[in-house]
Amino acid sequence: MVDGVGLAQPRPSSFGPLYDGPPIIEVRDLGISYGGKPALRDASFDIYRHEIFGIIGPANSGKTSFLRALNRMDDFTTGMEVRGSIHINGKDVNDWRNLYALRSRIGVVLPLPVGLPLSVYDNVAFSPRLRGIRKKAQLDEVVERCLTRAALWDEVKDRLGSLGSLLSGGQQQRLTIARALSQEPELLLLDEFSIAVDPVTTMRIEDVLKDLRSELTIVLVTNLVQQARRLADRTAFFLTGELVEIGATEDLFEGNVKDERTTGYIEGRYG
Amino acid sequence: MDRRDAAWYIDKVAQWVVFVGGISAIVFIVGIFVFITKEGLDFVLGPLNLGEFFTSIAWRPTSNNPTYGALALIVGTASVTGFAMLLSVPLSLGAALFIAEFATGKTREVLKVLVEMLAAIPSVVWGFVGMSIMHPLIMRIFDVPLGLGVLNAGLILGLMAAPIMTTIAEDALKAVPDTYREAAEALGATRWEVIFKVVIPASRNGLLAAVLLGVGRGFGETMAVLMASGHAINIPTSPFDSVRALTATIASELGDTVRGGDHWGSLFTLGILLFVVTFVINLTADIVVRGIRKK
Ligand SMILES: Nc1ncnc2c1ncn2[C@@H]1O[C@H](COP(=O)(O)OP(=O)(O)OP(=O)(O)O)[C@@H](O)[C@H]1O
Ligand SMILES: [Mg+2]
Repeated sequence: MVDGVGLAQPRPSSFGPLYDGPPIIEVRDLGISYGGKPALRDASFDIYRHEIFGIIGPANSGKTSFLRALNRMDDFTTGMEVRGSIHINGKDVNDWRNLYALRSRIGVVLPLPVGLPLSVYDNVAFSPRLRGIRKKAQLDEVVERCLTRAALWDEVKDRLGSLGSLLSGGQQQRLTIARALSQEPELLLLDEFSIAVDPVTTMRIEDVLKDLRSELTIVLVTNLVQQARRLADRTAFFLTGELVEIGATEDLFEGNVKDERTTGYIEGRYG
Repeated sequence: MDRRDAAWYIDKVAQWVVFVGGISAIVFIVGIFVFITKEGLDFVLGPLNLGEFFTSIAWRPTSNNPTYGALALIVGTASVTGFAMLLSVPLSLGAALFIAEFATGKTREVLKVLVEMLAAIPSVVWGFVGMSIMHPLIMRIFDVPLGLGVLNAGLILGLMAAPIMTTIAEDALKAVPDTYREAAEALGATRWEVIFKVVIPASRNGLLAAVLLGVGRGFGETMAVLMASGHAINIPTSPFDSVRALTATIASELGDTVRGGDHWGSLFTLGILLFVVTFVINLTADIVVRGIRKK
């Protein structure tokens, strides 16, 4: 790996994380604070290629803050300070000379859907257009493929021209997932994506995420511990700004923990 | 249980107050329209010759054989307003973009206050600037015999309209939720891409309203135009030509007329024209905006 997230990766033949390769994300001594108030302290860990990395923890534990640091949204948040380092594909995210190129390679899905004030079609075509794709046929293809992957195509194929904000909450969330996929990201960050989605659709999206693992790396922040159990290969437990522990998801859920607080949270004793 | 309590009554009263407020706005507008129409009606139905009114430049209401050609006045108003918009639309949209999207903290606050202060300058002061500063300046820079005309009035009017346009446009931009900007930035859009592809389309209606308010201001402004335009009946062929505006004509002549006479009536007819044009502009904008929304 020389440089950049955008280089083509050799696709693994089978699903599952590549623990033997170099990690895609290396977090070292990461500290995040807002106007001096710490939100995350001294976190160091790696995330591997093609894994689904779960992050669980009660409110205010710093999960969202970590995601914001990953795609450098700290630039957008006044008062947010990030210390330590995050390397993606071996390169410090702070060393990117073109921040926009970094962000364009990272898909983000937020807890509540944020549809751009555009049509369904234009929402999904937004990122391809930024990348310079102009041909209608090519855009049509991307839009259909991404909407299909996000389990939304059948519901919206007849109303691609209407405003994205007119869809139902769950549909809008799937639209933002389609939009994130349209970036052809190497890294997909999901922040409590199922808050506004019904259980059936959540299951469909979870299946999509499992499929996606062969193509990209997923960081899944969730406040549903069972969702982490269903999806994540490894899971990290954050508690009020502290990275309590990281382990194989099965281990954590079977009680093989280094810190009793993890089991406590999984069994519902916090928050 | 089912009792009308204080909250219920307050709600009812508030409904009425708001209703009366809304209705009175309509009543005032209709009232004004009825008033100017009534005053101008005798003239419109009597001596007015529509062909002459719209095609002749001979505005001679006080001559022994009076003619009422308003073409030069219409062209005067249109040219000055057009010139003003050419200047103030880019200026104020640029200023609004800077204040809303780029300026932060102190800079932003100071700029906002300054722009609002500019909007409060009385128009006669602007007219004064036109006469005593721009007039000699234009004569010197362009080496022309007279500095009062389309250019001068357009510049003054543009500068006058810019602050209010900036304020409205800035409000429109600020009304676009930050989550949109954040979502677009997360997709890898640059600041400019965010502004042009997300923020401006989302605030289109407000921006259009700002521009229209500016146009309305230009159409309706009287004092500054009277002072800076040269106030000569003329179809301009260059930006340095003097012109006369509809509003300035009404303001300067109404005091000398006989109430109820033809001259009086003709001035009210100009008023009706101004009213109709403003109405049509607003209606068009409304239709345009609706059209955009449907899409
Ligand atoms: N923009 C901000 N400005 C100031 N403080 C913030 C900001 N965003 C987050 N914080 C603070 O940082 C801490 C961690 O917040 P964060 O959003 O990362 O938590 P979280 O784990 O995502 O919580 P939740 O599960 O509720 O989403 C909290 O104490 C929060 O108040
Ligand atoms: Mg959060």
